[in-house]
Amino acid sequence: MSVRNLYQQMILDHNKNPRNFKDLELVTHRAHGKNPLCGDDYFVFLHVDNGVVEDIGFKGVGCAISKSSASIMTTIIKGMKVDDVLSMKDDFIALLTRDDVSEEQKKNLGRLSIFEGVKEYPVRVKCATLIWRALESSLLLEQSETVCTE
Amino acid sequence: MNDDLRAKFPLISNSQIAYLDSAATAQKPKIVSDTMYEFLTKENATVHRGVYGLSQRATDRYDAVRESVRRFLNAKSTREIVFVRGTTEAINLVANGLGKAYFKPGDEILISEVEHHANFVPWQQLANSNGLVLKTIPVNDIGELDMTAFEALLTTNVKLVAIAHISNVLGSIFPVNEIIKKAHAVGAKVLIDGAQAVSHMPVDVQALDCDFYCFSGHKLYGPTGIGVLYGKEEIMTKMPPYQFGGDMIESVTLEETTFAPLPEKFEAGTPAVVEVLGLGAAIDFVTEIGFDRIHAHEMDLLLYATAALKQNPRVDIIGEARNKASVISFILEDVHPHDIGTILDDKGIAIRAGHHCSQPAMLRFGVSATARASFAIYNTRDEVDRLIDGINFVLEVMT
Ligand SMILES: Cc1ncc(COP(=O)(O)O)c(C=O)c1O
Repeated sequence: MSVRNLYQQMILDHNKNPRNFKDLELVTHRAHGKNPLCGDDYFVFLHVDNGVVEDIGFKGVGCAISKSSASIMTTIIKGMKVDDVLSMKDDFIALLTRDDVSEEQKKNLGRLSIFEGVKEYPVRVKCATLIWRALESSLLLEQSETVCTE
Repeated sequence: MNDDLRAKFPLISNSQIAYLDSAATAQKPKIVSDTMYEFLTKENATVHRGVYGLSQRATDRYDAVRESVRRFLNAKSTREIVFVRGTTEAINLVANGLGKAYFKPGDEILISEVEHHANFVPWQQLANSNGLVLKTIPVNDIGELDMTAFEALLTTNVKLVAIAHISNVLGSIFPVNEIIKKAHAVGAKVLIDGAQAVSHMPVDVQALDCDFYCFSGHKLYGPTGIGVLYGKEEIMTKMPPYQFGGDMIESVTLEETTFAPLPEKFEAGTPAVVEVLGLGAAIDFVTEIGFDRIHAHEMDLLLYATAALKQNPRVDIIGEARNKASVISFILEDVHPHDIGTILDDKGIAIRAGHHCSQPAMLRFGVSATARASFAIYNTRDEVDRLIDGINFVLEVMT
C-alpha cells in the first residue's frame, strides 16, 4: 500500500474544495472536534428535523485526511435519518480500525470506503474519524461539547 | 565527514531512516546504552543507602555524574546540580519553589511569546493561583527576540524572566547574555530553558550568571527520564522542597522534619540511577567530540539545507534568525504539515509535524502547525538531499 493510495484523487479534491464548508442559518445541533496533538480543529453544524438531517455544514482547519473526511461525510449524510447516520459512523470507524468488516458493511459505506487505506497509517486514523466523533457528539447530546481525539 | 560518529549510533547505522527529529529526542550512541546495560547487569544497587560495597560503588558512580554535570555547565558546586526527570520537571520545580518563597501578588514574569509549553504553562498556572502577571516578549518576523520591546517590558515589577536559550520551533538562539544582564539590573531572576541548547553549544552558567538553567538528557544523546536543574545555591537554599519522602530528609520525628541540604532536598525518592549513569556517558561522549566539531558540522547542514529549501519557491521557512541552531521549521503552501510528515515517512524520512508544544508560537506566525527538520551530529548532507527530494515528492502527491 503506497502513500499515493492514501492520497487518492477524491481525497485531494475534497481537501482543496471542501463541500458544505459553511455555517448554517438554522442550527439544531453543533459540535466542536479537535485533535490537540496535530491541531485538526473543526466545527460541525446540523439542521435536524423529524429525525432527518436536513442540512449540514462544517468549518475549520486540519490536514487533508481530516478535511476530506469531513467534506465527504457531509455530502453523504445530508438527507439521511439520524439513526442511519449513527450506524454509518460505527461502520466507518470499524473500517479504519478493525479487520473483520464485512463486504456488506463496506458496500453500505459507499464512497467512504476510500478511507480504508488510512488503516495502514495508525497515527492518521484519528484524523479521518475526528469529524465523525464530533458528529456523534452533536447528535447524542442536547448541549454538545468539544470532543478530542488523541 | 562524520562517518566515525554515525557508526557510534546503532539505530542510525543500522537503518535506512533519515532521522531529522533530534530536536524532539536525539538518538543514542552505543556507549550510553552499554553503560546502562553494564550497570544493570553487573553493578545494580540503590544509592545512598546500602552499607554493602555494591551500593557504595553505585553511589560513587552516581555522585561522579553530578560532578560531570557540574563541569559540563561550569557550575560552582555540585550542590547546585539537581537531578530531575527532564526540563519540564525542572521548570515545575522552580515554579513551585518560587511560588512559595519568592513571588508576591502583582509581581511580573516575562517569557517570550514562542516558549515551549513547558516554559509557559507552569508560569501561567502560577500567575493564576498567586495573583502574578505573566507577560510575553514578542519576536520579530524572522524569529529574533524584540529587544526593544523586552526593555520596555522590563520594569522593577518584573521578578523573573524565563526564556529558552534556543527556540524549539524557530531555532533562534536568543541573546541570553544580554537578557540576563538587563534582567539582573532591575532585580529580576532569570531561568534559561536549555532543552534545545546543550546539544549544540557549550554552556557556562557562571559566565552567563543565570539563576536557573534546565535541560533534558534525552535531547543530549542520553536517556529519557533524566534531566538537570542548575540553580544558584543562595536561591535554591531558600526554596522549599518540591516533593517529600525518602532521600530528601535530614531527620524525621512525628512532629517535624528537617530537610537534607542541597541538592538532595530536591531529590525525593530513589533516584533514576541508571538514567543518571546514561546521562553521564552522554556528557562524556559529547565532551569528547567537542563543541567545535559539533558546531561546524551542524552549521554546515543548516546552511546547506536552508539554501536548498530556498531553491523551492513553494517552501516557506519559519524562523530565519541570524543566530540560529540546526532546526528548520517550514511550511509548504497549503499542504498541512501532517500530510507532509506522512508522505516523507513513506520515503523513510522522519521529521516533526505539528505545533511543537508551542501553540502561542504557531499563533504568532499565523499557522496552525509547521513541519520541522532538525539536524544532529549523525546527520549528513545526503540526508538533506533526501529531504529536498522528499519535499518534491510531497508536492507531487498532493497536487
Ligand atoms: C525548548 C524546550 N523546552 C522544554 C522542553 C521539554 O522537555 P522535556 O519534555 O524533556 O521535559 C522541550 C522539549 O520538547 C523543548 O524543546
